Amino acid sequence: MQNPERTTDRLVRALGVASAGLGVPMLVRTDAVARFAGVDDDAGAPLVIQAVGARELVHAALLLLGPHRTVWTRVAGDAMDLAVLGRALADRKGERRARATAATAAVAAITAADVWVASRTLREQHGRGRPGPLQLHASVTVQQEPQEVYRFWRDFENLPTFMLHLRSVTEHGDGRSRWEANAPLRRSVSWDAELTGDEPGRRISWKSLPGSRVANAGTVHFAPAPGDRGTEVKVVLHYDVPGGRAGRLVAKLLGEEPEQQVRDDLRRFKQVMETGRVVRSDGLPSGADARHQVAQRPAQPVKSERASNHR
Amino acid sequence: MRALCWEAPAKVGVHTVPDPTLLDSRDAIVKVTSTAICGSDLHLYDGYVPSVEPGDVLGHEFMGEVVELGSEVTNLRVGDRVVVPFPIACGQCRSCKRGLTSICENSNPNAGLAEKIMGHSPCGIFGYSHMTGGYAGGQAEYVRVPFADVGPLPVPDDMTDEQVLFLTDILPTGYMGADLCGIEPGDVVAVWGAGPVGYFAIQSAYLLGASKVIAIDRIPERLKLVEKLGAHAVDYEQTTVLEELRELTGGRGPDHCIEAVGMEAHTDITAIHVYDKAKQLTKSQTERPQAVREAVLSVANGGTVSITGVYGGFMDKFPIGSVMNRSVTIKAGQCHVHRYLRPLLEHIRRGDIDTTSVISHRLPLEEAPKGYDLFKKKKDGCTKVVLTPGG
Ligand SMILES: NC(=O)c1ccc[n+]([C@@H]2O[C@H](COP(=O)([O-])OP(=O)(O)OC[C@H]3O[C@@H](n4cnc5c(N)ncnc54)[C@H](O)[C@@H]3O)[C@@H](O)[C@H]2O)c1
Ligand SMILES: [Zn+2]
Ligand SMILES: [Zn+2]
Repeated sequence: MQNPERTTDRLVRALGVASAGLGVPMLVRTDAVARFAGVDDDAGAPLVIQAVGARELVHAALLLLGPHRTVWTRVAGDAMDLAVLGRALADRKGERRARATAATAAVAAITAADVWVASRTLREQHGRGRPGPLQLHASVTVQQEPQEVYRFWRDFENLPTFMLHLRSVTEHGDGRSRWEANAPLRRSVSWDAELTGDEPGRRISWKSLPGSRVANAGTVHFAPAPGDRGTEVKVVLHYDVPGGRAGRLVAKLLGEEPEQQVRDDLRRFKQVMETGRVVRSDGLPSGADARHQVAQRPAQPVKSERASNHR
Repeated sequence: MRALCWEAPAKVGVHTVPDPTLLDSRDAIVKVTSTAICGSDLHLYDGYVPSVEPGDVLGHEFMGEVVELGSEVTNLRVGDRVVVPFPIACGQCRSCKRGLTSICENSNPNAGLAEKIMGHSPCGIFGYSHMTGGYAGGQAEYVRVPFADVGPLPVPDDMTDEQVLFLTDILPTGYMGADLCGIEPGDVVAVWGAGPVGYFAIQSAYLLGASKVIAIDRIPERLKLVEKLGAHAVDYEQTTVLEELRELTGGRGPDHCIEAVGMEAHTDITAIHVYDKAKQLTKSQTERPQAVREAVLSVANGGTVSITGVYGGFMDKFPIGSVMNRSVTIKAGQCHVHRYLRPLLEHIRRGDIDTTSVISHRLPLEEAPKGYDLFKKKKDGCTKVVLTPGG
């Protein structure tokens, strides 16, 4: 399956490489570039070309190392270049004009590509309030029989023991359940969901009821792992991220790195299935209560004068 | 309680910190009677391991008395004297069941952090950065020991702390380094690093049947110490290691090479050393790979390079061509201490392994910062520091 974000990433990085490819000749072969663009008759052209070359190198650094949306800086640069070339075109004739026209056409094509890639970054699924559907996957292998693993998950009331964002799930008994999740500022948000698929030992699906504040659906698959490796558990979650305030709420629920959050949830699920508990360290003392993990203290305070209670 | 805390690179201090408490019914609280400073602690001390935070309690080699027990720990009693393996292991995942406890799949609550650097996560480790769980370490008066029904091993009263303390880490680590080589009678083994891990790797290689063990280091008292174990000592500052090893093995190279140096390997100031150090300082490489490179190039065709030295991330200029073309096998791992505890305890008891001659300094916990400095700079003949809390 092709991940659209990965494609955007590749495109953005490719433009970064292209920026470097354009910038370097402008700086080291300024005269040749001036001839190519038909502006070798202008004493000021080399300076402009070198400035553009330097700017291209900045683009390259931004696009190769920075976030995807920096590709918009290229679009801005293209607009500048088109304006400059437009002026060059206006006062030239003959062969120079032909070369300047060709250069302008090339820049226009580059602009189109930049705008296209830039517009893709608007559709990225980062769960940071950008509207649109969001799909998350994660898998883990659990050292238990599929039937056992299925049974634990099938009781939705168990989910908050390992799912970070959930506060509680209450089953109504008719396939419907009420889910309550942690919202910002210690508040909570809840919605109702129904069971939409149930194949014992193999698959469970659920979906929020229409009109829910957090529109979501999920499926978990269980399959025997090869050899004595237990059960492969694969989760697919769908969230509908609306625009505006509601979207920000969903984004908060999913955290900065939604995919990582799902993986961490599954890891805690494995801990519970294999060891009967969520593992806690001194750095993460609230292990079993997953929602407290966000408030973990990073380390022991260097100076705390609490006395020993062992002696 | 008092504990040794990391403060900043090359700065540690003993502070009063909160006592540990039972967080889970499979926990124990151990009152530490002896604890040691490990070469691995030096990597944290120097700031080469990511995700160590000011205030973190260090130490993963410790033993002591059980003072509190969670309700599910039925194999121990309050008052038991135990050694505690440095890897934290659940005993129930597939890796644990296969005896590979240092890759326990459940004991690192921060596995996500480790995955980002290593792809998959190793186990949780006491006092060894947040990437391996953020567990408080054992250079302290008390430690919380998770999965206490799996790790701690009670030790006989007639054995002293110093005799058994190194079962927690460096003895099994050196042993596993040799064990992974699959030594056959007649094999020649070379060991890089005559520090505490090298010291035990050498003894283990002989125990497992090596005909000759060559030790490579440059610190005179360490080379002297391993000569007493019967090793042929090579001072890498006085010779070219690759050539010397060829000479010592009839041109074949050692059948197995054990690397017990780690990410802060030292070399003479050569271009490659400057290159490595610069890359490490600018974080574009996390390791100084001198010893591993040398081990790979030196090993005989078809031989084994067993890496016990700790590496954190990425290295440069790794001689992969030598590995591939010459059928070299690379083995590595944090030690699966649990599987070696009982057999090695027996070896100590029978006197097959000398565990105490390596100790050069015995200090109270309060003087731990001095211990770090001595061990780090290998000053004052320092080969291993044992700390005693309350002493
Ligand atoms: N795999 C494990 O489970 C495990 C457990 C414990 C320790 N370790 C690691 O083992 C390594 C050694 O630990 P230690 O306690 O013996 O530490 P140490 O620092 O006391 O010993 C390292 C020795 O290597 C020598 N050395 C440095 N550069 C060298 C080179 N280029 N060639 C040959 N020798 C060189 C040093 O002089 C020193 O004597 C460390 O990296 C430590 O983190 C791994
Ligand atoms: Zn160690
Ligand atoms: Zn385990």
